[in-house]
Amino acid sequence: MSNFIPGQPLIAVVLRIEIKKLRQGDNLILGFSIGGGIDQDPGQNPFSDDKTDKGIYVTRITPGGPAEEADLRMGDKIMQVNGYDMTMMTHDQARKRLTKKNEDVVRLLVTRKSLEEAVKHSMGSYPRQ
Amino acid sequence: MDNESQYSGYSYKSSHSRSSRKHRDRRDRHRSKSRDSSSRGDKSVTIQTPGEPLLDAESTRGDERDDNWGETTTVVTGTSEHSISNEDLTRVTKDLEESTPLECKRFIGPAVGGCLSFFALVTPLAFLILPQVLWRDALEPCGTPCEGLYVSLAFKLLVLLISSWALFLRPPRATLPRFFVFRCLLMVLVFLFVASYWLFYGVRVLEPRERDYRGIVEYAASLVDALLFIQYLALVLLEVRHLQPAFCLKVVRSTDGASKFYNVGHLSIQRAAVWVLDRYYSDFSVFNPALLNLPKSILSKKMTGFKVYSLDESTTNNSSGQSRAMIAAAARRRDNSHNEFYYEEAEMDRRVRKRKARLVVAVEEAFTHIKRLHEDEVASSPKHPREVMDPREAAQAIFAPMARAMQKYLRTTRQQAFHSMESILTHLQFCITHNMTPKAFLERYLSPGPTVQYQQQNGRGRQWTLVSEEPVTSALRQGLVFSLRRLDFSLVVTVTPLPFLRLGEEFIDPKSHKFVMRLQSETSV
Repeated sequence: MSNFIPGQPLIAVVLRIEIKKLRQGDNLILGFSIGGGIDQDPGQNPFSDDKTDKGIYVTRITPGGPAEEADLRMGDKIMQVNGYDMTMMTHDQARKRLTKKNEDVVRLLVTRKSLEEAVKHSMGSYPRQ
Repeated sequence: MDNESQYSGYSYKSSHSRSSRKHRDRRDRHRSKSRDSSSRGDKSVTIQTPGEPLLDAESTRGDERDDNWGETTTVVTGTSEHSISNEDLTRVTKDLEESTPLECKRFIGPAVGGCLSFFALVTPLAFLILPQVLWRDALEPCGTPCEGLYVSLAFKLLVLLISSWALFLRPPRATLPRFFVFRCLLMVLVFLFVASYWLFYGVRVLEPRERDYRGIVEYAASLVDALLFIQYLALVLLEVRHLQPAFCLKVVRSTDGASKFYNVGHLSIQRAAVWVLDRYYSDFSVFNPALLNLPKSILSKKMTGFKVYSLDESTTNNSSGQSRAMIAAAARRRDNSHNEFYYEEAEMDRRVRKRKARLVVAVEEAFTHIKRLHEDEVASSPKHPREVMDPREAAQAIFAPMARAMQKYLRTTRQQAFHSMESILTHLQFCITHNMTPKAFLERYLSPGPTVQYQQQNGRGRQWTLVSEEPVTSALRQGLVFSLRRLDFSLVVTVTPLPFLRLGEEFIDPKSHKFVMRLQSETSV
């Protein structure tokens, strides 16, 4: 995750992940847990590099669930859900975005540390505009 | 005025005392030993002069009396008549036991002050009485205003009397090496005041036989007012000025590094010295010379290092090379001594703790053997008559089982010089009488107490020497260092000023204390 400067556009290397919701009884579940949000305490986030990062992070993956099948990993930061930005969301708003009953599929843009390193490694320098 | 050298510390003019005190002082001078006013041990801080023997009950070097060691002390200079008179006196009295002249010098200051103040007290009354006695018929009658003045005069004199008794009539606690400047100043002031009033009175009233009695009474009243103001001045200079703290004194004992910090106000060096000594006797733990040396095993190890080398070599031609080799080898060997010191200290701690445990258990057991007999129990034991003992006998009865443990403990902590068997018995008797627990009895032995606990009560006082590079009547200031020397140790006092405090203010609205919870929720989707 790149350093976050408030007010400036955020540049990150992201991965597109598509998760199909699973129906369990009355609920549609995705199979992971989220933590973080702009109303939460960012210092307690074990996955973030920058302890002032108030983004939404994946904190747990249910084994065998749809998220694991779609290769979502613990510690991923969710940048977009179905086109909606998740970097400045409260926790509850994020939850609502992910659990809309009329959507069967969520398309996430996630970023993780290893992605940046892989890009750097392959390209030799970090692409900046 | 008076050129006497030794000024008693804290009793200013014992003013307005009756004439009986003057007589009592004269009697004291002729009395050789006993003194009733010094019930506590007094301290005399004097300048050390050669030839003056200083060993007394507190000295620990009983075997090596050296009466001439004073010649090597670095001593305050100052060729005032003070030192000469001191030398004369000490040549007369060689032994401290018969130091009567020295003791009498303690009271010269207050005696002079007492005379002066008695004189000052009697003066207004004399002003009033003399015209009545000498030319009563010629005086103008003076009715109510004079009587009003009489009343006010009487009350002011009463107030002077009472406040002088309260403030100044105290036994002297210290003898200072130089004049106590403020006290001298005040005595001179009083003398000048009274003398000038007498002068005026003699020239203007007695000579022409003044007839206006009311004027005379007013004159006497004005003298009493002036005396009250001088007493106010004395109160401020002697008692109040040094109360506000201005300096921090660090007092370090030279032998074992025990140190304390004290806050004092503006004082001269000699007064500060007396102040520090007052605190020394109750704050510092008693000086134990037996604790100074490293345990023998460590020192002897070093010695054996040398000895091994010296015995092996016997050739003399390259002795210098050998000695150098010896010293180098010894220097290399020295790396181990701290190790040995550490283990030796640990061993010593363990030994002390072991002995202490045995002592505590022995004392607890001993205390269970006796119990206090209440009044109503006396009649209730016809069957098994118990022997009724007084505290002394009870103490002796239970001392035997704990004596050995106590002696071993005292030997291990090297306190055996401070506690004789008699003193332990007395203390035990005291504790039994006052219903103390064994722990309270042991408190005196488990930790070294302040020096005042070990003092014997004799009126002779303790001899200290004030060693200073500045004249001892100068005021304290930053960076001053002086030391107070006794026979085998000294206290080094360093003066630092207290920092100036800039106090700011911050107002906090009580309603401004608000809190939020730290959220860290995790939701599964």
